[in-house]
Amino acid sequence: MENSMDFLLWVRGPAFDVAVAIFLIGVVARLLEILLLGRKSLHSEPKGAEFSSGLAEVFKRSVPLPDIVKRGAVTLVAGYVFHIGLFIMLFLFVPHIELIESIIGVRWPGLPNPVVDAVTVITLFALIVLLVHRYIQPVKRMLSGFEDYFTWLVTFLPILTGWLAYHRVVDPYPLILGIHILSVQLLLVVLPFTKLMHAFTLFLSRWYNGATYGRRGVQS
Amino acid sequence: MSSLSLERGLYDFKAAIDAPIASFFSSCVHCGLCAEACLFYVETGDPKYTPIRKLEPLRRVWEQEYTLFGKLKKLAGFSKPVTDDELEEWKELLYASCTMCGRCSQVCPVGNDIAYMVKKAREGMVSSGHAPEPLVGAATRAVKIGSPMGVKWPAVQNQIKHVEADIGLKIPIDVQGAEYMPLLSSMEIINFPEYLGALAKIFKQAGITWTLASKAFEATNAGHQIGSSDIERELVARVVDEAERLGVKFVIGPECGHAFNAIRWDGPELIGRPYKFRVLHIIELLEQLRAEGRLKVDSKVTERLTFHDPCNMARKSGIVKEQRNLLGMVATNFVDMPDAGIHNWCCGGGGGANSMEEFEHLRLKAFGVKRRQLEAVEPELLVTACANCRLTIEEGLEHYKMEIPIAGLTEMIAEHLKED
Repeated sequence: MENSMDFLLWVRGPAFDVAVAIFLIGVVARLLEILLLGRKSLHSEPKGAEFSSGLAEVFKRSVPLPDIVKRGAVTLVAGYVFHIGLFIMLFLFVPHIELIESIIGVRWPGLPNPVVDAVTVITLFALIVLLVHRYIQPVKRMLSGFEDYFTWLVTFLPILTGWLAYHRVVDPYPLILGIHILSVQLLLVVLPFTKLMHAFTLFLSRWYNGATYGRRGVQS
Repeated sequence: MSSLSLERGLYDFKAAIDAPIASFFSSCVHCGLCAEACLFYVETGDPKYTPIRKLEPLRRVWEQEYTLFGKLKKLAGFSKPVTDDELEEWKELLYASCTMCGRCSQVCPVGNDIAYMVKKAREGMVSSGHAPEPLVGAATRAVKIGSPMGVKWPAVQNQIKHVEADIGLKIPIDVQGAEYMPLLSSMEIINFPEYLGALAKIFKQAGITWTLASKAFEATNAGHQIGSSDIERELVARVVDEAERLGVKFVIGPECGHAFNAIRWDGPELIGRPYKFRVLHIIELLEQLRAEGRLKVDSKVTERLTFHDPCNMARKSGIVKEQRNLLGMVATNFVDMPDAGIHNWCCGGGGGANSMEEFEHLRLKAFGVKRRQLEAVEPELLVTACANCRLTIEEGLEHYKMEIPIAGLTEMIAEHLKED
């Protein structure tokens, strides 16, 4: 119990600071790495608005085309379930809200714990479906390498350990809570340097794409 | 195109990478959904045709040159360099199995514009000597002779004589200060000369002044197709120089998708300044004339007909309702195919793909999706507004023994114009 308490304190203290620092510096560095490449100024006569179309695309792109819904059903459904689940667990679980409040001083209402519990189970299931699908679907299998499976694991672990901690499956509790926080730190450290960076660059990519449609007068 | 080498190719890959491309590669999560939008994957089921995979050489150059992690990996000797053998293998992926139709760019959940990246990647394929032979030939002819199909001005003059005799109207040539300067595509000059006659009839009824330019009649841009910005720029500049010398107000893109894209969107970026004239697609101009009441028809097509939206027109230039309004004027029984408009499926022959004869089997296989679209509406007539789509579709229909006549929209309108 002593040791696990020390572990938890270390995880919540120095390890947390280091992980957050790497995450923040990493994300900013990666964004600069991208944005500093710049793009050529455009001279063709625009048919429509660039900026607002780019912004609209950031939202619109979340809705898939009907024929893709049919053809990519597993990826889309499991992908949506996972992302929505992740959002609920991260921002609507009361202990997480309390943690955020302790850092930035803002809080909002959360969902009842049993609801988040159910969401967690569904999310874990969706992630397992995505893993299996990645391995058996020929296109995804061909595209996948070490990074794809590694990032899957790094995403899966915080959810699994969080769920185990909530249910007090592991004794002593500080140990599993510490492991949960450590797994989140692993995710934070890995994120800027892998495809998980899409959590940020997706906004850029959608904007660039939508801006082109806007400029060309395409009602996407 | 002298001294082609892997070094030059890699240099051009590196030079092609801008903020959007770095963002696109950073965002890709390998979800594979782009494959589901690509007619070459959908029809063959072969995962090698997955759109984002076609960018693998470019992606590695980005990773090795523009990311901290990739640079470290390269220093430590863990990164796989791009080789000549690899690029030779990628020729099929970046040219024969990609028409740059841009459907993948529409479905990518993170918003990657994959077609944009393919166009940019082709630059390095050209300078490394891995562009397809037929396209290299077309580009060389375009630069030296003035047309990718080797059409010279006397051949055009010859067609003009026939057209003039046919319709009894004079085709204006090199008229200083005319308002409109239409461009032609090689394909139209050789295969569909009716287009020129149609323009003359329509412009006469609408009462507008126009001219062909003997030094810039050709709209086809082999530089755009092969992906060489130097060649594309040179061919665009010929049109720009003549249009500005003649002082025309509008240059009119023909019924040829990529040619319009090159002059409308790429051109000003390539020459680094806006034009002193505006560029319209012929269908945009016709719709404008229709809306102003300057086009009058005295008969209509009564057959059940449908319209194939060329990618460069609809998806790349937002021209969708124009052709439908025009069809409303000239046809009584128009039906849209499933997925028509900006989500239409490509004919399978754009972006230079149908110049590669060795991949005809692949194009015909990919045509399967067009076949299903057509079977869904069973048209008696298929209308389109791109000579290249038209030729590709004709080949596909013949292969699948489907007897559907094809017409160009401009000619169809000209045929039904009210006689004065």
